[in-house]
Amino acid sequence: MTERIATTPGVYPLPDWAKDDLADLKGHQKHDLIDGDEGDDVVSVYDQAREEVVERQQDAGLDRVVEGQLRWDDMLAHPFAVHDAVETHGIVRYYDNNNFYRDPVVTGELTFDGDIAAELEAASEFADSGSLQAVVPGPYSLADLATDEYYGDDADFLAAVAEFLAGEVEAFPEVETLFVLEPSLVENPPGEGDDERASEAIDTVADAAPAGTDVIVHTYWGALEEKVHAHLLDADFHAVGYDFVSEQEQNLYNINEYGTKDSIAAGVVDGQNTLVEDSEAIAERADWLEESTPAADFEEIYLTPNTELFYLPYSTFQEKLAALGEATELAEVKA
Amino acid sequence: MSQNRDQFRPENHPNDHFLLTTVVGSYPKPKWVDRVSDLYEDPDADFGEAEWQEAKDDAARLITDEHERAGLDVVVDGEMRRNEMVEYFAHRIDGYEFNGPVKVWGHNTFDKPSVVSDVEYAETWLVDEYEFTASVSDRPVKVPITGPYTLANWSFNEAYDDTESLAHDLADLVNTEVEKLVEAGARYIQIDEPALATTPDDHAIVGECLERIVAGIPDDVRIGLHVCYGDYSRIYPEILEFPVDEFDLELANGDYDQLDVFKEPDFTADLALGVVDAHDATVESVAEIKANIQKGLEVVPPEQLTVSPDCGVKLLPREVAYEKMTNLVRAAREVEQELDAGEIEVEKSAVTADD
Repeated sequence: MTERIATTPGVYPLPDWAKDDLADLKGHQKHDLIDGDEGDDVVSVYDQAREEVVERQQDAGLDRVVEGQLRWDDMLAHPFAVHDAVETHGIVRYYDNNNFYRDPVVTGELTFDGDIAAELEAASEFADSGSLQAVVPGPYSLADLATDEYYGDDADFLAAVAEFLAGEVEAFPEVETLFVLEPSLVENPPGEGDDERASEAIDTVADAAPAGTDVIVHTYWGALEEKVHAHLLDADFHAVGYDFVSEQEQNLYNINEYGTKDSIAAGVVDGQNTLVEDSEAIAERADWLEESTPAADFEEIYLTPNTELFYLPYSTFQEKLAALGEATELAEVKA
Repeated sequence: MSQNRDQFRPENHPNDHFLLTTVVGSYPKPKWVDRVSDLYEDPDADFGEAEWQEAKDDAARLITDEHERAGLDVVVDGEMRRNEMVEYFAHRIDGYEFNGPVKVWGHNTFDKPSVVSDVEYAETWLVDEYEFTASVSDRPVKVPITGPYTLANWSFNEAYDDTESLAHDLADLVNTEVEKLVEAGARYIQIDEPALATTPDDHAIVGECLERIVAGIPDDVRIGLHVCYGDYSRIYPEILEFPVDEFDLELANGDYDQLDVFKEPDFTADLALGVVDAHDATVESVAEIKANIQKGLEVVPPEQLTVSPDCGVKLLPREVAYEKMTNLVRAAREVEQELDAGEIEVEKSAVTADD
C-alpha cells in the first residue's frame, strides 16, 4: 500500500505582519536585503515568523514540516547571497516570473558557510526530527542562477557548487527528508554532457545526507527532457518530484517510458495561483497518478505544491496548507 | 506613419521639423502625497474623502505643470492618483478580489489581485483623471492604460481557462474605457504591456487584444503601445501587424544594443524612442540625449519619431526626473534645428504599411 505524505517545497511567504516589520527594519533597496549579518531586531522578527509558519504546518496536519526559508530574500539564490565569496550585483528576473533576485557573482572559493544549517537548528526547536524537512536549491539550479567569476569553467563551477551544497547538507541537524529543488533542469535544460554532470552534481549533494534521510529531487515548470530525466535517474536518491500542475502528459510519459525511483513526489497543488484546491480534489489527483502509472508501485507519494509558495498571499498560503494536510488524512480514512 | 500626429504639434512650434516629446506616464510622487495617503488610510486621523480628493487634485496639477515647465509637447499627470499599475485597475473592475500582498523582490510587494469570476465593467477608470488633467493644461494630454494582457498575466487567474480568454475579456473592458475617454476628449491613448517582455511568445494574444481595444475608435485617436525590458527580437517584426500608431520602447537602458532589431524589415509605425534611462539617477546631458535621438533616426524618419524616457520615471528622485525631462526637450529641439539646417543627414524616408 502506497503511503501518502503531505509536504511542501518551502520558500514560504512572510506573514503579513512580518512583511511590514521587516520592510521597516530593513528597507526596500538592494543593499537592505539579507547578507547573513542581520541585527538582533531583524533576527527576532524572523524567529517569531519561523515559529509561526512551523505551527501553521503542524496545525494543517502536514507530514513534513519545513523551516520556511523566510530569510531567503533572493529565493533559491539565497545560499550564495549570504556567502562571503559571493557579491550580489543587480536585480535580475527569477525564471519567467514577475519576481527578481540579486545576481550572485561568485568571486572566490565556495567554502563552508552553515547558514541553512543554522536555520534548521532553529526550526528543530519546534519540530521533531521525524517530521523536519530540509530544502536546498539543487546544484544545477544554483549554478544556473549565479554568475561565476572564479572557477572559470562551467563543469568546474557546477562541481564546486555541488561540493559546497554537500558541505552545507552535512552540517544539517537530523532531518527526515531533504528536498532538492531543481527548476533549472526544466527551465534551462542541460545539453549533451552537461546532463550527465548535472546528475553527478545531484548525486554529490544527495550523498551528503545521512543514511536515514530521504532525498527528493523536485523539478517544476514543465517536464524534464527525456535524456535529462534518464540521466537524473542515474543519481542515487529517494524520489523524483514532478510538476503535474503545469504539465501532466509529458511527466506521465517520462515515468511510464523510463521508470522513476521507488517513491515519487507529485506537484498537485498550484503554488502560483490563489484558487485553493479542495482536499478531495488533491486526493483524487493522487488516485489519478497511481492509475495512470500502472507499471509503478510507489512506496510513497509525496503530495506537494508544484513550486515554492512565496508567490501566494499569506492568507491563501495558509488555506493551501490546510487543504494539503487534509488530503492525506482523507486517504488514510478511505484506506 | 500615422496620420494623427500633427494634431499634437504646438501652434507656435519654433522649428520646421517636429519631434513629439512626451513621457511614458508615471512620475515621482512628492513625499507629501505618500504622507497624506497614510493619513487618509488612518481611521483615527481627521482626514476624509474630500481632503484626499483635494490632495490628489493638487498633486496632479503640480506634476502636470512640472511637465509643462519641462517643455513637453504632450503631458500626463504623472499618474498621481494611481497606486500601482495593476492594482489601480483591478480595484475598479468587477470580478477581481484581493487576498493580500505578494513579494516582487526583497521587501517590495504588491497586492496582486485574483480574478475570481467573469470580469465586468463597473465604473470609469480614468475619465475623471483625464478631464482634470485636460482642464489644468493647455497642452494635449496622453492617457496611459495598463493593457489587458498585463492585467491578466500579473493577476492570479482563478476563473478563466487560460490567460488568453481572460485577456480578451479585459480587452473589451479597455475598449469601453477608451470609448469613454474619447468621448471626454482624449486623443492620445497609450496601452502599457510590460508583461509581454516576460512572455514574448504571447505576442499574438496582445495583438488580438489590441484589435478589440481599437474596435470602433476613430482614426484621429492616437494609440500607442509601451513595451519594456524584454528581448525585442522575439516580438519584431510581428508587432508591426498590431493596430497601433506608435510603439513606445525602452532602449536607452541597454545602450541601444537592440536597435538593429528594428531596422529590418522597415519600421512602418511611429517610434517613441526611450532616450533617457528610467532607472539610473544620473542625468543624461543634452549632448548624450541628442546622440540617442539620432539612434532613433536610424530606424525611422523624423516624421515618425517621438522622444520619451525609457519607462515610467516614478522611482527616480523628483529633481532627477525633472532634469531628465528638461534635457530631453532641449535635445529634441536642438536636433530639430539641426534637421532644419540640414546638419543631420536623414537616412530613412517615411514608409507606411500600405506601401
